[in-house]
Amino acid sequence: MTTTAPRGTGAVTPGRGSGGPPPRRAAIAARHLRTDRWWLQPLITAVVLLCFVVYSSFRAFQNAYYFAEPYISPFYSPCITTGCEGDTFPEFFTGPSFISPAIYILVIPLGFRGTCYYYRKAYYRSFWLSPPACAVGEPHRRYTGESRPPLLIQNLHRYALYGALIFNVVLTYDAILGFRDETGEWGHMGLGTLVLLVNAALLWLYTLSCHSCRHLVGGRLNHFSRHPLRYRLWTRVSRLNASHARFAWLSLFSVAIADAYVFLLATGTISDLRFF
Amino acid sequence: MSYAGRFRVWRGDVTGGDLEDFTVEVNEGEVVLDVIHRLQATQAGDLAVRWNCKAGKCGSCGAEINGRPRLMCMTRMSTFGEADTVTITPLRTFPVVRDLVTDVSYNYEKAAQIPAFSPRPRDADGNYRMQQVDVERSQEFRKCIECFLCQDTCHVIRDHEGNKAAFAGPRFLIRLAELDMHPLDTTDRRDAAQDEFGLGYCNITKCCSEVCPEGIHLTDNGIIPLKERVVDRRFDPLTWLGSKIGRRPRD
Repeated sequence: MTTTAPRGTGAVTPGRGSGGPPPRRAAIAARHLRTDRWWLQPLITAVVLLCFVVYSSFRAFQNAYYFAEPYISPFYSPCITTGCEGDTFPEFFTGPSFISPAIYILVIPLGFRGTCYYYRKAYYRSFWLSPPACAVGEPHRRYTGESRPPLLIQNLHRYALYGALIFNVVLTYDAILGFRDETGEWGHMGLGTLVLLVNAALLWLYTLSCHSCRHLVGGRLNHFSRHPLRYRLWTRVSRLNASHARFAWLSLFSVAIADAYVFLLATGTISDLRFF
Repeated sequence: MSYAGRFRVWRGDVTGGDLEDFTVEVNEGEVVLDVIHRLQATQAGDLAVRWNCKAGKCGSCGAEINGRPRLMCMTRMSTFGEADTVTITPLRTFPVVRDLVTDVSYNYEKAAQIPAFSPRPRDADGNYRMQQVDVERSQEFRKCIECFLCQDTCHVIRDHEGNKAAFAGPRFLIRLAELDMHPLDTTDRRDAAQDEFGLGYCNITKCCSEVCPEGIHLTDNGIIPLKERVVDRRFDPLTWLGSKIGRRPRD
């Protein structure tokens, strides 16, 4: 094991990846010697994420077909402008009509997923190729990671988490309102209700399994034994955290599917399958 | 069941070298290190290879097998097809000494810079007392055998030699996490983690966790919690304010 020597001066010189030939290393010219299909996973990640970005941007800017009584698309909820069709949230202000109500609220889910520790891994590998895969050389001459702006902003992930938790409450409320029918009477359930419920559940799982959440509920403590309740919470969040990547993908798909379902209802392409 | 396996092994030293082709007998149940030993015994008596326990516990026989950092003693030949050519090269991140042996001094220099374990005073009866739940997080990191495969695969230093001065690498970030989480330790290492050991350089792409032969979750259980602790201290105005007015003790 590592010895514990008295603290020395430390490494205080900022790193500068020169991109030049590293000194005294084994002379191996190839960027990598991997023989497996290491490129497949980053490629799939890039394609799926790009598809989602294109679809969600189109829907967010479309400013139409996001509400089909009693369902509202998760891209447009909470509905905070008077121009927004949904009625599940207090309408705070009237924005310019050419700005879609989705634009105002986009910053929270985008900020949460953009600074998420899992998605960071995914897009650093797939888009920034830093690195594209383990032991595969990256193309950049210089690398400073998240040690300086603009990537220092990734450290604000916990604030995005707070926002995402509030959004989850709103989206859960939306799903519960799916038990009303078109006229506002309770006692209805359709496929749309189920879609919104599953979406809300997956969003909760994704949010609660977050690494920042794990830290805040108990990870910051050094004496779990003095905080048994927080220790129990931490162990449960830790269990969820092991599946954080899975929840990240599933909730991404569920948001898109819930939106697409509402879109199809609102355009009259399909009608809601009614259970009762 | 034996077969003649095809291998490409990097031979050379700091002045240069290249991959050399060999055909070596492979027997059922063998690992890559067995084949390297047979190669040494039968065809290349001067082949340099570092090894010790042959049981995945000493961390000496790290190399890159088909481009992936692995322990040679823990890589079964049955994971390759009989027709495959297996390429074995030294760890790329460190200076080569000869053939498959590299100079891993960088790691020991970083280890020596880490602020030492500083326990609080003993209890009145002369003992230290702590609960199992308080130390079990740190115990995961004590499984580390210091094979330095995580250091080798980390692109921060693998692809950018110049970053070695500022970045301690995943092995030592989890060492910092281990000490920072320890219930008896009294030193605050959060500033040092960020400023002196380059925690901010890590972009959590998890290659260190992928290659760890001990299955330590370096990123999820060590580096990310350490990053969050640094956020508490450096980037979160609420926790900073709470600590200043005494409402948020470190515990």
